[in-house]
Amino acid sequence: MNIAVLVKWVPEPQGTPRLGEDHLLVREGVDGSLDPGDEYGLERALQLVERDGGEVTVVSMGPEVAVAAVQRGLAMGASRGVLVTDDALRGADTLVTARALAAAIRSIGTVDLIVAAVESTDGYTGTLPITVAELLGLPSVTFATSLDIEGSELHAERQTAAGTETVACPVPVVVTVTTGVAEPRYPSLKGVMAAKAKPIDRPSLAELGLADADVGSTQTMDSVEAAPEKSGGRVIEAGPETAAEIADLLTEARVI
Amino acid sequence: MATVWIWADVAPDGVASSALELLTKARALGDDVGAVALGLGADEATGTLGEHGARRVYASDDERLIEPTSRVAAHTLAALIASHAPDVMLFPSSYRGRDVAGRLQAITGSTLMANAVDLPSVDRARAEILGGTTIVEVDLAGARPHLVLMRPRSFEPDEVGGTAEVIGVEVVEPEPLVDVRVIERTDATASGPSLEGAKVVLAGGRGLGGPDGFRLLEELGGAIGATAIGASRAAVDAGWVPYAMQIGQTGATVKPEVYIAAGISGALQHAVGMKGSRRIVAITKDSEAPILRMADLGVVGDLFTVLPALTEEVRRRTGR
Repeated sequence: MNIAVLVKWVPEPQGTPRLGEDHLLVREGVDGSLDPGDEYGLERALQLVERDGGEVTVVSMGPEVAVAAVQRGLAMGASRGVLVTDDALRGADTLVTARALAAAIRSIGTVDLIVAAVESTDGYTGTLPITVAELLGLPSVTFATSLDIEGSELHAERQTAAGTETVACPVPVVVTVTTGVAEPRYPSLKGVMAAKAKPIDRPSLAELGLADADVGSTQTMDSVEAAPEKSGGRVIEAGPETAAEIADLLTEARVI
Repeated sequence: MATVWIWADVAPDGVASSALELLTKARALGDDVGAVALGLGADEATGTLGEHGARRVYASDDERLIEPTSRVAAHTLAALIASHAPDVMLFPSSYRGRDVAGRLQAITGSTLMANAVDLPSVDRARAEILGGTTIVEVDLAGARPHLVLMRPRSFEPDEVGGTAEVIGVEVVEPEPLVDVRVIERTDATASGPSLEGAKVVLAGGRGLGGPDGFRLLEELGGAIGATAIGASRAAVDAGWVPYAMQIGQTGATVKPEVYIAAGISGALQHAVGMKGSRRIVAITKDSEAPILRMADLGVVGDLFTVLPALTEEVRRRTGR
């Protein structure tokens, strides 16, 4: 069982992300890491290969600093990484990103399962893995809350608008997972040390078979303004009068 | 004039209100408004879609269209687009909307704009990014139709009257078609007022400590009356409450008169689903929690003390 896990470098979730003069996210000099939402799917992938054998490859597209995200995946236990970095990809939209990731997955060889988070914790687009699936001609199972491999079939429980669905799908398949799918391990010191010796492929766009036309973005950020801030809010320490203060607000709102 | 299409999420029990919201925007963008309804319930939805401004409805309730990967739906839609060449297509930010739009983008090579809150023109989308702190406008280019996923409740449904021309749809199955079996389906049925419709929403997060913590919210809800109980993704992912209760980017978007968040930090994922609430009360022990910046009244303290005291105070005032 060979599993590719899509991972993303994101600016430090606790930090304050900002846009530069070119209207793109400032990534230089900003602390960042592996998207914490990606660790759940990676954990589940590692569990499956530890049980059934095989290899986990972490696959990413991003600027030079994104190496840190791939290394974190290797430290958790992935066998190798693929990172696509190119100046032409700066400001890439979802289609360009999906093309680069699909090509990177093809470069690995045989992959039975492609795992990604439901959405990233910085962009929340939530369509990228499905676009990758279509580019690869694969089925997809989105919003999986549990996943397992039985023989050559994926079994997953997924959320839907109406409730839940349990589905079975032959591999290869793309799965997006919620944080309920596994509890991520913390990389051990041994894992961190071992990661340094693991290979990270850095294919060029040409090596991936991507032409200039494939990486031209179709979106231009044109105007940026700060959203109006909430005004008039206040924060208090809980005390004997707190219940009455909240109840006053409910009364003003005419809901009691 | 522009040809504007919308994706209608349909189900046997009716058409989703998101479709009617999108039709309001579609009518403002162009006079040639089409709706695409693929799946069980599509044929019944055509009347409602027409009444809300769709001039044409492309509909099929063929059950091959509801397979869970959305591949058949996306390829069927792509064939419709190739024949009719709409300029822009609006999707709801729903499970189905995201799956179909994501696949469609790979087939048509179109641009896809997610999390849009408005569309000033067919070539320009407005979106809130970076946790709602920043509003951007984005020029859309490339192959048409531009694909735009709209945030829920960005527009109000408007029943303008009218009857849509209903056009049957040929189902397109991609090759090779992989058979995905649905072994079991469970419908989550919520009791009480729906999250979207309730005047008061009480939401709990990780700070409630476990499923038992939600009893405090239920007791408070009983005292206030006509409330709905919701949850953050953290509480749902932990398995404390069912997914139907989730509020946020993935989950329900609510705009009640009063929103009370208990033990919720207010991460972006949650914030986008509730920041349109008229009044926000947040109770958390974390004085640095982002939710306090959104709150009209933020309370830093122990919710296990504050909530029961509030329930008692509300009971005293309402006599319930």
